[in-house]
Amino acid sequence: MASSNSPCAACKFLRRKCQPECAFAPYFPPDQPQKFANVHRIFGASNVTKLLNDLHPHQREDAVNSLAYEAEMRLRDPVYGCVGVISLLQHQLRQLQMDLYCAKSELSRYQNLSITTTHGLIASESAAAAYHHHQNVSSGSSFGRDHHYHYHHHQFLPREQQVMRGFESGNNYDASLLAMNISASLGQLNQLQHQSAAGGGDDRHAANRS
Amino acid sequence: MMSGRCAACKNQRRRCPSDCIFAPYFPANDPQRFACVHRIYGGSNVGKMLQQIPPCLRDQAANTLYYEAQCRILDPVYGCVGIISKLSQEIQNTEIALAQIQTQIDCHKLQVQQPKDELNFNVLSTIEAESSFDVLQGQNRSAPEYQLPSQFPCFN
Repeated sequence: MASSNSPCAACKFLRRKCQPECAFAPYFPPDQPQKFANVHRIFGASNVTKLLNDLHPHQREDAVNSLAYEAEMRLRDPVYGCVGVISLLQHQLRQLQMDLYCAKSELSRYQNLSITTTHGLIASESAAAAYHHHQNVSSGSSFGRDHHYHYHHHQFLPREQQVMRGFESGNNYDASLLAMNISASLGQLNQLQHQSAAGGGDDRHAANRS
Repeated sequence: MMSGRCAACKNQRRRCPSDCIFAPYFPANDPQRFACVHRIYGGSNVGKMLQQIPPCLRDQAANTLYYEAQCRILDPVYGCVGIISKLSQEIQNTEIALAQIQTQIDCHKLQVQQPKDELNFNVLSTIEAESSFDVLQGQNRSAPEYQLPSQFPCFN
């Protein structure tokens, strides 16, 4: 709350007396004048007041901070504003998704190679063991050494199964990416417009333009 | 001419001049478009913003203003900043997953390079621990280019 000798940034900017019940005071402290200046320039004080009045008090701080962020982005980039940020982040995410897909492919190649090698070794060792068993029934030293070698591979197999399970669950990232695709979100917004519009205008033009 | 007014001038109930700045971007057959931006930004603010942009870019600017206004109407608390938050979180998650997969690849490469009967779990555990540390540090190095302000509310 503003004190009598310290008006909030909004009242300072608007050159008016800061009342004790000032709606802006909790969110625009006097030490952050640029915050209100930006918000005022993009949205206007009366629009911000209307927006805040429609929200619960506990939501207002988050709303003001997000408005301040949007205003700052719009001032930095008057053409694209926050949409430019969204586009950039989507591009970054797509790149990372491709990198992840390639990494998973490479990992599965290693795992397949490991499994194939292990199975091949087991098969060959089993054949060798069977051969040795037939040839030398009493001597088990070479079989013992080979069995020890098998033990290491068997230890690896459960971990590989864990990796494969993780590989399957990682595919959920693709669904998340689609859900946040800017085109999809525009489509959803247009669908909502169709539902809420009372026969005013052709919303398909808005969708095509977007 | 009353029938030739753009959506903005119709909304404001005024004459639409031939050089109306709104007319190319807010046609009369889409009143919802101007109504959205007017509700969030106000008509005069939109006009001022368009005036400051070169004419060749005003179409894009009007589209992005419309998109942001729609986001704000749908989500009055976070608007399109909520989308930014989700994307940032998803980028972080994907970076972590990528680092984990890379660690596993490195382990496999090590197995191929070193004789198999010399490897033990202690060695692999050390590699994974060091790689995890790199993952944690990597999260800070690979942060998105647009840094969110410190007071940005966490969207969860």
